[in-house]
Amino acid sequence: MKLFRIRGGVHPEGRKRLSEDKPIEDLPLPELLHVPLQQHIGAPAVVIVKKGDLVKKGQVIATAQGHISAPVHAPSSGQIVGLGRYTAPHPSGLPGRTLTIRTDGKDQWAALPPPLDPFTASPEEIAKRVSDSGIVGMGGATFPSAVKLNLGARFDLHTLIINGAECEPYLTCDDRLMREHSADVIAGVRIMARALKVERAIIAIEANKPDAIRRLRHAAQNDDVVTVVEVPTRYPMGSEKHLTQTLLGKETPARGLTADIGVVVHNAATAFAVFEAVTLGKPLVSRIVTVSGEAITRPCNLRVPIGTPVAKLIEHAGDVKVEPERLLLGGPMMGQPLSDLKVPVVKGTNGVLALAGLEASAMAHRTSCIRCASCVDACPCGLVPLDMAAAIRKEEMEIATKSGLMDCVGCGSCAYVCPSNIPLVQYFNYAKGRITYLQRAEHKQKETKRLADLRNERLERLAQAKREAMAKRKAEQARKKAEKAAQEQQQEIASA
Amino acid sequence: MSTSPPLIGGPYLKQSPSVSHIMLVVMLALTPATLYGLFQFGWPAVNLFAVTIVSAMAAEAVWLKMAGQPIKPALSDGSAFLTGWLLVLTLPPWAPWWIGALGSVIAIWLGKQVFGGLGQNLFNPAMVARVVLLISFPVQMTAFIAPHPLAGPATIDFMEGIAITFGYGTAHVDTLSSASVLGHLKTEIGRGTAWSEAFADTFNMRGFVFGAVPGSLGETSAPLLLLGGLLLWGARIITWHIPLAMLGSIAVLAALFNAIDPLIYPSALVHILSGATLLGAFFIATDLVTSPVSPLGKVVFGVGCGVLVYVIRTWAGYPEGVAFAVLIMNAATPLIDRYLKPRVYGRTRRGQPLAYKEPSK
Repeated sequence: MKLFRIRGGVHPEGRKRLSEDKPIEDLPLPELLHVPLQQHIGAPAVVIVKKGDLVKKGQVIATAQGHISAPVHAPSSGQIVGLGRYTAPHPSGLPGRTLTIRTDGKDQWAALPPPLDPFTASPEEIAKRVSDSGIVGMGGATFPSAVKLNLGARFDLHTLIINGAECEPYLTCDDRLMREHSADVIAGVRIMARALKVERAIIAIEANKPDAIRRLRHAAQNDDVVTVVEVPTRYPMGSEKHLTQTLLGKETPARGLTADIGVVVHNAATAFAVFEAVTLGKPLVSRIVTVSGEAITRPCNLRVPIGTPVAKLIEHAGDVKVEPERLLLGGPMMGQPLSDLKVPVVKGTNGVLALAGLEASAMAHRTSCIRCASCVDACPCGLVPLDMAAAIRKEEMEIATKSGLMDCVGCGSCAYVCPSNIPLVQYFNYAKGRITYLQRAEHKQKETKRLADLRNERLERLAQAKREAMAKRKAEQARKKAEKAAQEQQQEIASA
Repeated sequence: MSTSPPLIGGPYLKQSPSVSHIMLVVMLALTPATLYGLFQFGWPAVNLFAVTIVSAMAAEAVWLKMAGQPIKPALSDGSAFLTGWLLVLTLPPWAPWWIGALGSVIAIWLGKQVFGGLGQNLFNPAMVARVVLLISFPVQMTAFIAPHPLAGPATIDFMEGIAITFGYGTAHVDTLSSASVLGHLKTEIGRGTAWSEAFADTFNMRGFVFGAVPGSLGETSAPLLLLGGLLLWGARIITWHIPLAMLGSIAVLAALFNAIDPLIYPSALVHILSGATLLGAFFIATDLVTSPVSPLGKVVFGVGCGVLVYVIRTWAGYPEGVAFAVLIMNAATPLIDRYLKPRVYGRTRRGQPLAYKEPSK
């Protein structure tokens, strides 16, 4: 298949060797599971159990709220022992609403919905099942998958792209999944293609995963819908717009969706989850997580129940052998610093990394920008990061926006190549937040002004009505007076 | 076990060389041509080289001290060293010591630090210094000499070299001085001589190509400058855009006018191999700080430099115009950067989102 070149990008060292040959292991069930209600983009789920309730594995414990949301299921059987605030997997380390389950060790499944026949189920049935199973984008974006499976209703779709690029260094969870469950992944892809009513599904895998490519190709033999394509190893290949362009040569319009050009992109792990939900009735209660980094004694790929504290994963990986310089959730390019080891694994957690040595030390020394334009060449979005950063430093958010700040996908390629170690991504994230805040403040101000104007108008109208009524009454009185006077006059005349 | 990492944005991997690494590679790329120049012009050139670089470092240190800024990190990034180095390569090799020293002070103070230090300057510091020197001290700045290789019959011994650079003793530059290639041609063409005759009478082609001609300290050896340029390109410090655009536009203009009147317009080869063309195209116009950042902007910048170089050499009062051309294009860099940005992903060049024919339902 002919591939298309994308602009920019970088070639970080993969470092996948640490864990790519470690088969997926089941993490022993922890005693406590902390299941956050917000594990997806959209409205948080609404709790339907109470403290003390006994739950079974796969039972719904919180339901979706609104159109863009996802339900949450019990990852194992046990008792609800807490419903409160618990440190969320977010760099702030602030607490979020979380259900705590004390597991009973039996890991007993609840009654699951009946399997659907993947060859006869209607697209609506499939989307409903995916929605009910709490499946979200498992590459880390955590957008509710069913919403994306329903895009066929609004757009003319022709292609489903399965993102198996896994372009972040260290991470091997999708690689392992594609190698060990090739047939299931392909089945999941077929189901999704059916739900989207598309004729073509392309699984894109970076060239550094030859075994996954081989196995999936083998599993997709004689398949008229699914093709497996090797794409170059280049970060950020996994960015959905860039992956689409690599495969189809079409750019997604700015501020738009890939659906605008007829494409929907899902992650390979999502395809596997869809397979389990549709053909086995299993909701999303566990996921594969890569535990890696030079500080980890025994890097591995683990199947982890949602809600397991990160500390348990590191413990299972033989703990750290040296003091890690940095602990991360997700990959080293776009992942987030881990605020606390007690934070739970959620649906979007693809890696737990403990970096030591070379990789984390480089950022120490910051110098001034020498306009070397490395960032300009590396930016896959055609932006000029150095100008944007200069504007943001001066708090000139308008200029930063005009330079395309909102078109930035936050991939970090610019900061990766910067010889001056300028934390460009930090600047951009700050500015994005700041601009959202300013827009909100402006909106609020406008809204306040509009309401105040309306109120003034209303009061004015009332006052006007009052004045008119008064004037009318006065006129009435005057008229009566005049009539009376006229009558009296007439009477006088008459009497005279 | 618990750690609380400082909250900073990713990525947590770094590829890149540091700023001082970039400076080191540039120095490495300059080394062959520099060594050749030092060898060719003997001890006076070595002295001037040392004086200029030491002065550049001293000027940087003095400024930082006065500004109350830490001295060590700024000095160790190598940028002042490199500025001095680039400056001395463009000076007549037997210039007195104070030309180099004064030039360094101008480059560092007026060229760089007044703008706010590394990365903030609008103009190439070495070129600012060169132009100030050329206008203020035209005699010293045009006193070129024929090569006096360190090992050879015409060699100048160490003590004589000291005498020449520091201005006392017997040897007098005036008696030895000759014009550079471009200066010679300009004079002769002005007199009505055909350029090729003037050229052939004074220089031999082989010496001209390899750099055994009168000229600035580091500008004469075309093959070694080309080698350095390729090294920079190979190390991804510079892209091909500026050198190719600049050399290409000079070559095209020179060939064009040479075709129109072969008597008074020197050939493209002479323009490319003489003066500061190659040093300028690979090391000076490509200065990261003062050139545009987008590929298209770099091409425009390079073409602008090339055209100006040719125009100044051919029709203006000076035989050589690289320094002026680069400074003028430096001034245009903010404008170029503003209007020639790369196209943003998913948008047209004008910044509107791309539109496709197939509409959404």
